[in-house]
Amino acid sequence: MAKVIPNRVEMPRQDPEVRRRNFNEVALGFDMELARAEAERCLQCKKPLCIDGCPVEVRIPEFILKIQEGDMPGAVEILKGDNNLPAICGRVCPQETQCEEVCVLSKKYEPVAIGRLERFVADWDLARGMAIPELPPPTGKKVAVIGAGPAGLTCAADLARYGHAVTIFESLHKAGGVLIYGIPEFRLPKAVVKAEVDYVRQLGVDIRLDSVIGKLFTIDELLGEQGYDAMFLGTGAGLPRFMGIPGENYNGVYSANEFLTRTNLMKAYLFPEYDTPIKVKGRVAVVGGGNVAMDSARCALRLGNEEVTIVYRRSRVEMPARVEEAENAEEEGIIFELLTNPVEIYGDENGWVRGMRCIRMELGEPDDSGRRRPIPIPGSEFDTEVDIVVMAIGTSPNPLVFTDAGGLERTRWGTVVADEETGRTTKAGVWAGGDVVTGAATVISAMGAGKRAAADIDRFLRGEITVEGWD
Amino acid sequence: MYEILAREDLAPVTKLMVIAAPDVARKAKAGQFVIVRVAEEGERVPLTIADYDRNEGTITIIFQEVGKTTMHMGAMEVGDGLASFTGPLGNPTEIEHHGTVICAAGGVGIAPMFPIARALREAGNYVISIIGARNKELIFWEDKMRSVSDELIVCTDDGSYGRKAFVMDPLKELLETRDGIGHIWVIGPAIMMKFTALATRPFNVPTTVSLNSIMVDGTGMCGSCRVEVGGQTRFACVHGPEFDGHEVDWDLLLARQRIYLDEEKQALERWQAATGE
Repeated sequence: MAKVIPNRVEMPRQDPEVRRRNFNEVALGFDMELARAEAERCLQCKKPLCIDGCPVEVRIPEFILKIQEGDMPGAVEILKGDNNLPAICGRVCPQETQCEEVCVLSKKYEPVAIGRLERFVADWDLARGMAIPELPPPTGKKVAVIGAGPAGLTCAADLARYGHAVTIFESLHKAGGVLIYGIPEFRLPKAVVKAEVDYVRQLGVDIRLDSVIGKLFTIDELLGEQGYDAMFLGTGAGLPRFMGIPGENYNGVYSANEFLTRTNLMKAYLFPEYDTPIKVKGRVAVVGGGNVAMDSARCALRLGNEEVTIVYRRSRVEMPARVEEAENAEEEGIIFELLTNPVEIYGDENGWVRGMRCIRMELGEPDDSGRRRPIPIPGSEFDTEVDIVVMAIGTSPNPLVFTDAGGLERTRWGTVVADEETGRTTKAGVWAGGDVVTGAATVISAMGAGKRAAADIDRFLRGEITVEGWD
Repeated sequence: MYEILAREDLAPVTKLMVIAAPDVARKAKAGQFVIVRVAEEGERVPLTIADYDRNEGTITIIFQEVGKTTMHMGAMEVGDGLASFTGPLGNPTEIEHHGTVICAAGGVGIAPMFPIARALREAGNYVISIIGARNKELIFWEDKMRSVSDELIVCTDDGSYGRKAFVMDPLKELLETRDGIGHIWVIGPAIMMKFTALATRPFNVPTTVSLNSIMVDGTGMCGSCRVEVGGQTRFACVHGPEFDGHEVDWDLLLARQRIYLDEEKQALERWQAATGE
């Protein structure tokens, strides 16, 4: 009977006082000694529950066993066999609600730190130049993938490993999607994203940057005159949402997308070495309670703003952000104004933000999302001085891509209608997955969708299944 | 890398470049723009499409050296490459048969106006073009504009070339004296578009402007280019760049164009110090 080690190995991290002023990675990673100590905790269950908890079904106990045995190349082969982007997942997956939540140890003790071990194996492989698997002979089929975010990169990598020719069309000048513009450097170093993207290129995938589908080419053109045999849409949910309150267009009000894109993709934290600026003025209010709000707030701090406040309309329990990231934010000195919602933004005579009026909220009955509905408390309005406001209240799919895509059905929220198991849409020849289908969600669920669609596209391209109206 | 195939100094600070971008050229239409990045550390900036050649696979851009990025570009030579070139972005100009139309362009606004005037003429409109600038040096493409217009009026603020007038002066005269003017286009610096659009209002002729907001991605994902038109928030990059000039909140546009003045000055000084200009 394996011995239970109740507590997980601590992840070395940058001290909050230090890390709140730099963009370096907060979690420093295990070394071999720490990794093997954590790997020892895995009981190698005969019926592992963790695999089902993983959206891409990584063979978790198997790769952990390899770490226990000291066979790192073996661990890499298993991990990368199931997950094309493990250095990313090991860092940003909410393992605490996935594999680690169902780990048998979590009942009475701390679950195995599966995510940290995944990161360790992935980083080990990355440092050694990443082994490229052998590819099968080309099938002669070609697939267009729209979007080089987590869904598109995963789908493309799997399709390439099945032997198909894949071209990814990416609208920005760098590949990665949210991995490159949204998630900050201190959670996900861009060098790691670049290495994982390069791996996908090395599998033979052609990534065409600066290519806005809906403008440069349309979906119908790619399927028609450009002759692609199938298409995967992974364009995400990149359309920012604003509250629609007065004053939202004053200078100094940003969507989280703009704030994060300037900071992370365009490296505004390195201005003037990098040309893109971002305003740094002192007091920042970030409206929202998800991971994007946490990321925006922690970036605002690191950019040099003195006081950063999260303003969220529900309570801590309802916040969708990862508990770990909310705790990191708190440790770094970010203030949480919960059960509070802005109602108006004030500006000065030159058009700059100078303050905000907020109202206190209380929680009523649950709404559609199952969370208790926030209700404004009449008469509880108060004014606060602020210099910058970041709206991190959600995003939806960018409609540009749907120009000339006849027959592609969408919901009233702008998301694409697609089968959850296969990714098939209502448009013949087109599969879709990730945020463009689900609305804003996680990197790993996008990857799972990319994987499932790749498998279905592969079956179709081999003639094992048929798709109505397309051949 | 998007290669610079040709370049021309239209004026000491006004540069023309022909860029190799076959897929963009295939799709480009009058009224659209591209987002350009000069180098790895460069910012993303919108530049209007001045011309396109679908056969040669090229896009022509014209810009004035006003800050670090445009000066950096202006210093590049034939054979150099731009780090990124994304397009064609924005909605193309709606080209219809109106009868008589007026195309009023100020300064570097002449560049995007050229393909618009050409398309309007090809659609059977009688095109009266007005081009204006602060002085003679800043006037360019007079012959090209003449070639796509039925009438051309040239003016300068200081009278150093053509008529001494602002663009809106001959424009008002035309509105007062001619019948059947169906639509007006006004493109130039925001302050010029503001006052010129105000001048056409009493005549009740639909007036389209092209807004030059600050942009980052240019595809609708960030909202940097937010403008207010008819009281509604719009993104210039995907809802525009053309809008009804009588409905635009000009003061908001002008305020938002000033957001990074301090940083722009800092970047410019750093560039000038580094290049010894």
